[in-house]
Parts: sequence; structure tokens; C-alpha cells
Amino acid sequence: MTSRESILNNIKKNIPSSTIELPDTNIPHTSYKDKNKQFAISLKSVGGDAVWLEDESIDEFVEKNYQNSEVIVSTCKEFTGETKNANIPNTPHPLKNVDLAVIKAEFAVAENGAVWIKNSDNRHRALYFLATKLLIIIDKNNIVDTMHEAYEQITFDKKGYGVFISGPSKTADIEQALVIGAHGPTSACVLFVRKVSY
Amino acid sequence: MGHPEKAAEFIANDERMHWHDKALWFVREKRDLASHRLDEWEELREVAKQIKTHTINKLDFYLEEFEKNAKKKGLHVHWAKDAKEHNEIVLKLLLSRGAKKLVKSKSMLTEECHLNPYLENNGIEVVDTDLGERIVQLRDEAPSHIVLPAIHLKKEEVGKTFEKFLKTEKDNCDPTYLTRAARTHLREKFLNADASLTGVNFGIAETGGVVVCTNEGNADLGASLPKLHIASMGIEKIIPRLTDLSVFTRLLARSATGQPITSYTSHFHAPVEGGEMHIIIVDNGRSDIIQNDDFKQSLHCIRCGACINTCPVYRRSGGHSYGYTIPGPIGSTLGASKDLRTNKTLPFACTLCASCSNVCPIKIDLHNQLYKHRQSVVKAGLLGAKKYAVLKVATWVMKHPMLLDFGGSMARKIVPKLPRSILYSKANIWGKKRELPKFPKKSFKELYKEREENK
Repeated sequence: MTSRESILNNIKKNIPSSTIELPDTNIPHTSYKDKNKQFAISLKSVGGDAVWLEDESIDEFVEKNYQNSEVIVSTCKEFTGETKNANIPNTPHPLKNVDLAVIKAEFAVAENGAVWIKNSDNRHRALYFLATKLLIIIDKNNIVDTMHEAYEQITFDKKGYGVFISGPSKTADIEQALVIGAHGPTSACVLFVRKVSY
Repeated sequence: MGHPEKAAEFIANDERMHWHDKALWFVREKRDLASHRLDEWEELREVAKQIKTHTINKLDFYLEEFEKNAKKKGLHVHWAKDAKEHNEIVLKLLLSRGAKKLVKSKSMLTEECHLNPYLENNGIEVVDTDLGERIVQLRDEAPSHIVLPAIHLKKEEVGKTFEKFLKTEKDNCDPTYLTRAARTHLREKFLNADASLTGVNFGIAETGGVVVCTNEGNADLGASLPKLHIASMGIEKIIPRLTDLSVFTRLLARSATGQPITSYTSHFHAPVEGGEMHIIIVDNGRSDIIQNDDFKQSLHCIRCGACINTCPVYRRSGGHSYGYTIPGPIGSTLGASKDLRTNKTLPFACTLCASCSNVCPIKIDLHNQLYKHRQSVVKAGLLGAKKYAVLKVATWVMKHPMLLDFGGSMARKIVPKLPRSILYSKANIWGKKRELPKFPKKSFKELYKEREENK
């Protein structure tokens, strides 16, 4: 008997003939009058920033706010200031020197400051974790209340990887002292813009 | 040594005990604030419990679904009935691909399987990359908490450890400085790794993928740099649907640390370009727990650590006092289910206050399970002789009301007059580190009688 069979057989020994139904996960839940405001509060609480871009372009915003970033890569067509194409190297390792990654996200979640990232045209997912700073671009209309709405929008039919990112990487493993910037980015800013092409 | 002996070592340092207690209570309070912000918190717990109950009752079906869908996505699935088989599968995968350097992210399952020493004995360099786990790995210790592995250590101790292994500045114990030093040290390890191993928070039967939740980004860096990613998953991590995550991601981080969600919630359904992803489904005693209706709810656990943070015994005795991979209430029930003889003291490392059951996001009946395990310990004849004798005498006295009344009235007269040397002699185990309450003049029964008569 293979281990697979022996595990499954042992489980079957005590499987009741009937069980309770799977419940509906979309229970009545919190919604926010001002989703943008809630998102900004949530993101601030986990060490990130949210900005709504009005007349400025993304290029101008980056020029003004990331002056010290030398190596800049982007997965967002609306930004033209990249200094290096992240999709050229065959392995992600050369991306270790990226100072700023400008990446696009599909939508934002108000309750927890998370954004859903599933760039189908980004070759190396390591980029999101190797870059020192993240600038995340989202269409300002794409914001939902909670994870209930969020998971309604997600599928894995085509691209196999996706991640919710909520703020920069962090740790409190030394005496519960919060340190922003553990292994991943040391800062994360979510920039809401008028339109993003997906 | 059982829990009481190891706990005695921990509480010998009174100052550290109180410091540890406060650190954990701080996390518990953050959990309270986060959960109170959601009106639907109790409904979320109820739905989570229903999903888990349904799933464990059809676990064979969902495991097969998971395997089928994972294979469709090009992932490799392995089955390991015990720790030994799990470790052998990992080693074989590494050796067959010439991998010598492994970066690991947090996985209590691999702790349970003692994977690290096994791989190291076979010539593999294993680096734990979660900051807390790296700290305890360098110190050759086990994690003392499932979410906060180094919660038992003070920053000065971490500073000393880093001074020795990472050559940090002498006596610099600033948490930011130490974290940055670990970041630099571990970046090199990530970039030079041949393979990565992660745990699994949730395995989705419907889509055949796995979800890993972290704050530091270590699991993601590991899983996205080398070509080989191994994910070790206990059979109980399966959830039926992708949308079930809307419930569990709302509960997990809020219960664990009071954050609304972890920094990263990664959904893996494919390897990196040109790479391969392997999922090892591990039993190691879990399917035996399903056989027992009293304890199978313990398999609903999502490893948030809320029961550990709130437990008055854990907070004052530290994670290492349990001597089991997972400490606290959930570890005590899992450990007792797994090996009652070895873990016979764990069901008693509990005041039956039920705080664990009240904070558990899946509403596991933890304190009831520990109460039931105690009965198994007695039935198996594993209770210490002294404790057994005391309980026998107490049972006999309590069955004889006259005797109990007489004993009580004598005690109220005599005990207050006894000198401390007799009262707190070695025979009085209860009086260790504890003061007896002031004896009242009359018993409750007498007071009640008087009250009734005076009506």
C-alpha cells in the first residue's frame, strides 16, 4: 500500500456518512462610507502610505518623491522613467539592486490596506520582494470594502501566482519592537491614479 | 522532565517571568482591539468553524481534489505518512537536483519532523530565514512560540548572538540595527540558495494551490529566487474553496498579532519560470486524531497563536517548558493526542479558565479537550502517585458531607495558628510560590444557614 492509500484509508475509517453543509462565506459584513479614507488608515497602521494623484503624472510623482533611487524598474505602462527592464534577465537575481519598483495592482482592500497583485506581464515575481522600495499603482475606482469582495474577483485560471501586499515588509521578532523593512521592501506607497491599462 | 519541573526553572527568574507575561499580554490586547473593530467577528468565527468541520469530515475527498487540481496546474504532489518519510522526500528532491543550500521559511511541521538536523547530517546547509527562527537556530534552540519564535529572548541576548555569528557591533542591541544586520546576512543566503522550503497556511482543494502568509517577506523571497520550491503541508491545512480564504484571511492575522492582514498573503499555483514546485502532504499522526471525536476539532487549528498568547500558564512558564513542538493550549492537546505517555503533564498545564477557547478564531473547544485528556491520563495510570493519592482522599472526603464539615471547622481553627515552617513545608505543593488565603471564621454552609434563619 502506498503512503497515499494508507493516509486516505485511515481518514476514511472515521468519516461520518453525512456532515454539515459548506456555509456561504459572504456573510453580512462591515462596509465603509469612505473606502478611500479607510484604506489610507489601514495602510498607515501597517507602515505604508496611500496617495491619490490629481493633476500630476506618475513620472512627476516619482521624480519628486524618489530622488535617490537610481535603479528603477516598472511593470506599469503609464510610467516611463524606468532605468532597467526587469523582464530581460533570465533569472531574478540581477534584480537585487533595484532601488524602486513601480508595479501595478488590480484592486485595493479598504479594511486592511492590502492590494492584489497579479501582473501577468511581469516575468520575475521576486521583484516585489527584492526591490528596496515599492510604488504600487492602482486605478482609483478599483477599491473594495473587505476580503469578501476581494476573493470574488480572484481566479487562478491563467496565471498561477498572486499576492496580497499590505504595506512594507516588517518584523517584531526582537522584543516585540516593530521594525519596518525585514527581508522585503522597506517602504510601500500605494498610488491611486485616474486610469491604468491592464 | 515534565511541564512543572521545566516551568519551575523558568519562574525561578521572577523578573523575566513577569516580563514574558507582559510581552504576551500586549499581543493579546492587540488581538482584542482588532477583533472588536469588526461587528461580524463572532459570525466569522462561526462560519470558519463550519468550514473546518465540513472539511475534516470529508478530508479524504478534499485531499484527492487538491491533488488532482494541483497536478493539473503542473505542481508535483507527494504523500508522507510520517516524519521520516517527509524528511526522506525532501532530501531526495534536493540531492537529485544537486541542491546543497536550502532556505527555509517558518514551518512548524518541519520542526515537528526534525527536518533540519536530518538534512544537516546529510550535508545540506539549512538556513531558517524568519528572523525569530534564525535567532533560535543560531542559538541552537527550538522556537518557544509558533508565531513569535524568539519571544523568550531579550534584545541583549539577541545582540550577543548576532555579535558572535553575524559580527555585529559589541553591545549594540537596537532592534532596528539587529534586524538590518540579519537582512544583509540573509539576503546573501537567499541569493545563493539552490532550493527553498516553505510551510503552508492553506491548501485550496478547488484550485490546487497553496497560500503562505508572512510579514517579513522571507517565504516569498525564498520561493521566488531558486528554481526548486518545496511546500510541506499537514493534511489538515486543506480548505475547499478559494472564497473560504475571505473568512480565514480576516481572522488569521487579527487573532495572531492584531494586524488586519499579514504583509504578504501569497497564492502559489505555479513554479517560477523554468522551475518546479513540490507539495508534500504530511500525515504524521493527524489521521489518527480524526478517529477520536473528542479531539478531532484540534485539527481545525490555523496556527494563529491566540490561545498561546492568552494562556495564563504559557505566559508565566514560557514555550520551552512544554517540551513539545507546539506550546500552549493547542500544543498540549495535540501533544497529548500524539503521545500521551511522553506528554502526560501537558493537559495539567492549564487552569481550565477557557480563555483559549474564547479567543480561538475557529472556536476549538481547547479547554474541554485538555479536561478530557486529564481523564485519559488518570485512566492510563500515568498520574503521579502523590497527586493520585491526594485526589483519592479528596474524593472520599467530599463524598462524606459530615466529614467535610468537621474537617473544615477543624482547619479553620488550627491552620491560622500553625507556624509558617509547618504550613509551607515541602508536603504542601500548593503553597509553593503561593500564599494561603485568610481563613474565614465560618464556612459558606454556616453563613447560608444563618441567613436563611434570619429571614
